[in-house]
Amino acid sequence: MGVAATTAAGATTLEDVKAKGFIQCGVSQGLPGFSNPDAQGNWTGLDVDLCRAMAAAVFGDASAVKFTPLSAKERFTALQSGEVDVLSRNTTWTMSRDTQLGLNFAGVNYYDGQGFMVRKDLGVTSALELSGASVCTNTGTTTELNVADYFRANNMPYEIVAFEKADEVVGAYDAGRCDVYTTDASGLYAQRLKLTSPGDHVVLPEVISKEPLGPVVRQGDDEWFNITKWTLNAMINAEELGVTSENVDEMKSSDNPEIKRLLGAEGSFGEAIGLSNDWAYNIVKHVGNYEETFNANVGPDTPLGISRGINALWSDGGILYAPPVR
Amino acid sequence: MSVMEQDSAGVPARASLFNDPKVRGIFYQLLLVVVLGLLGYFIVSNTITNLERQNIASGWGFLSNTAGFGTNQSLVPYSETSSYGRAIYVGFLNTLLVAGVGIFCATVIGFVVGIARLSNNWVINRLAYCYVELVRNIPLLLQIFFWYFAVLRSIPSKREKWSFFDTFHLNIGGLRVPKPIWEPGSQWIGYALIIGFIASFLISRWARKRQEATGQQFPTLATVLGLIIGLPLIAYFIAGMPVSLEHPNFVESGPILLQGFELNVGINVIPEFLALTAALAIYTASFIAEIVRAGIQAVSHGQTEAAHALGLRNGQTLRLVVIPQAMRVIIPPLTSQYLNLTKNSSLAVAIAYPDLVSMGGTVLNQTGQAIEIIGIWMMVYLSLSLITSAFMNWYNQRMALVER
Repeated sequence: MGVAATTAAGATTLEDVKAKGFIQCGVSQGLPGFSNPDAQGNWTGLDVDLCRAMAAAVFGDASAVKFTPLSAKERFTALQSGEVDVLSRNTTWTMSRDTQLGLNFAGVNYYDGQGFMVRKDLGVTSALELSGASVCTNTGTTTELNVADYFRANNMPYEIVAFEKADEVVGAYDAGRCDVYTTDASGLYAQRLKLTSPGDHVVLPEVISKEPLGPVVRQGDDEWFNITKWTLNAMINAEELGVTSENVDEMKSSDNPEIKRLLGAEGSFGEAIGLSNDWAYNIVKHVGNYEETFNANVGPDTPLGISRGINALWSDGGILYAPPVR
Repeated sequence: MSVMEQDSAGVPARASLFNDPKVRGIFYQLLLVVVLGLLGYFIVSNTITNLERQNIASGWGFLSNTAGFGTNQSLVPYSETSSYGRAIYVGFLNTLLVAGVGIFCATVIGFVVGIARLSNNWVINRLAYCYVELVRNIPLLLQIFFWYFAVLRSIPSKREKWSFFDTFHLNIGGLRVPKPIWEPGSQWIGYALIIGFIASFLISRWARKRQEATGQQFPTLATVLGLIIGLPLIAYFIAGMPVSLEHPNFVESGPILLQGFELNVGINVIPEFLALTAALAIYTASFIAEIVRAGIQAVSHGQTEAAHALGLRNGQTLRLVVIPQAMRVIIPPLTSQYLNLTKNSSLAVAIAYPDLVSMGGTVLNQTGQAIEIIGIWMMVYLSLSLITSAFMNWYNQRMALVER
């Protein structure tokens, strides 16, 4: 009794994390490129790298993190109840989630939008031709709401078939139960790899929603919120300043004051968020900057082959823009 | 227990209250109640504090907000503009439907297989044995996936169909059957059906009394069937045939997505329902079969011999002597199988059947009201279980041996 009450009221997440020696990170149950376990049970992906970056910032060791695979339905309860310390699981930042669930979104690590995938032999070229279609998707996601809005707004009848796990959506779509598979565009590219013949399917051009995906923490712990927020910002800033895991050691002695502040050679920005001053150095050294993790997990040279698009830096015509370290 | 009671009754009460078994009994009961009460208070107050601390809104107001998501099966009118409460109600009815149909099918299959297990025919006997051993040792979720994905992979695609008698059509979108359209006047059919049931009840009671008094038999079954089927049929013709059938409409031209069966014409039994019902019924039936076998074997063979000696034929022996006695053994474990089937139907969420857990889960995810939704789930499954066992207990009492 007493133990449960003290933990709930007393220690901060950072103290908890330091005491147990690792970060408990909530991820998806398997979405290639974002969070996916390999045959040995090692998790890789863009969302996974964010958690590893947080571990690097807190412990100087990117492997001090354990992953909890969560379904869309379980994720918020797992975070609220303290089962995970941070949720890094392609989760859309919406107002109701931010304000009513006792959660805080710490930024956006991938700007996405909902799309549709169909079989090529249907000959469909636009989502507006999907009248009468049956649509496979996941339960309990914003996807399910968007698709209802879209079909209603365009006055098209449809049949929804909603599964709890993404693997079953893929299975049912592959078997022909549905004409359409809808989820975030990044997810469509990722799940297409699991189909019997990925080449027979095409993602339609329409993007019907804004899906800013990002890490989430519990409300009421500003310290942990800052650590999460600034881990992401550090990765984006590192890319902007040209600091990579390769050159970070030389960059430490750079004359550029922005780089000096980021890597802890000037000022005490790390201490300000409860960490050591080389927190960002550790992130870049052990995990890499945003570009490196993007290219390694979802970029053009990976099976997903996603181009940077709007996820490019603001200076390259995208909308990725991190507040400066100063 | 009984020994202790005898002791306390026989020996006069001791001087020390501390050693009085009665007082001690009451004390420990009270202690248990207080501890349980404290535990309950702790859980509730801890939850409330934590909810407040984390700024999670609580209460039931969310039930009237707009749901915004669709579903592929609802027994009552439902659309994206309906409320969260309505969505949960839709899920509840879907749970009832799959549990009801599943229990019916499981009972029929289970009794057939259970009796087949005792057959003297070696092939039938072994087939039933293999069925029971195979099915009850494979996890239910696997069986649900097997039925669902096996069904999906093996039947025609959306733009094709298998037709049976030109009335039933099957493809990957589901089983299409004609939908009855009730026109004015069709209420008479319902009245006739009710009258048929009441008349059947009265006639079978009279027939039984007459047989007890005079030994004369009356063709009850034929009469009852005639009343229940015949009366509504007569009403149907007298009222001017007010029921028409809406046949599923198969479109073969036009935009490719609109080819195949038209949405919302006729009744569509979705493949998710078919797979879930099949899996639940076949899985539970394997347990029921064993219960039925055990029940029949529990009736001593002397009963059959005695019945034969009285001149009863085989069928009569089974119906009048063996089964009534076997039912006393069968009903209690059968009840728990019914409860299991109802609770197992919550695995529906794995294959997109919109049952209570699936719909509730979506609401939970959209609103974040975990405690309220889980409360609803617990209340519904608890109530369903209590109602089922209350009914089965009532039935069991009727079947129980009346000692004279």
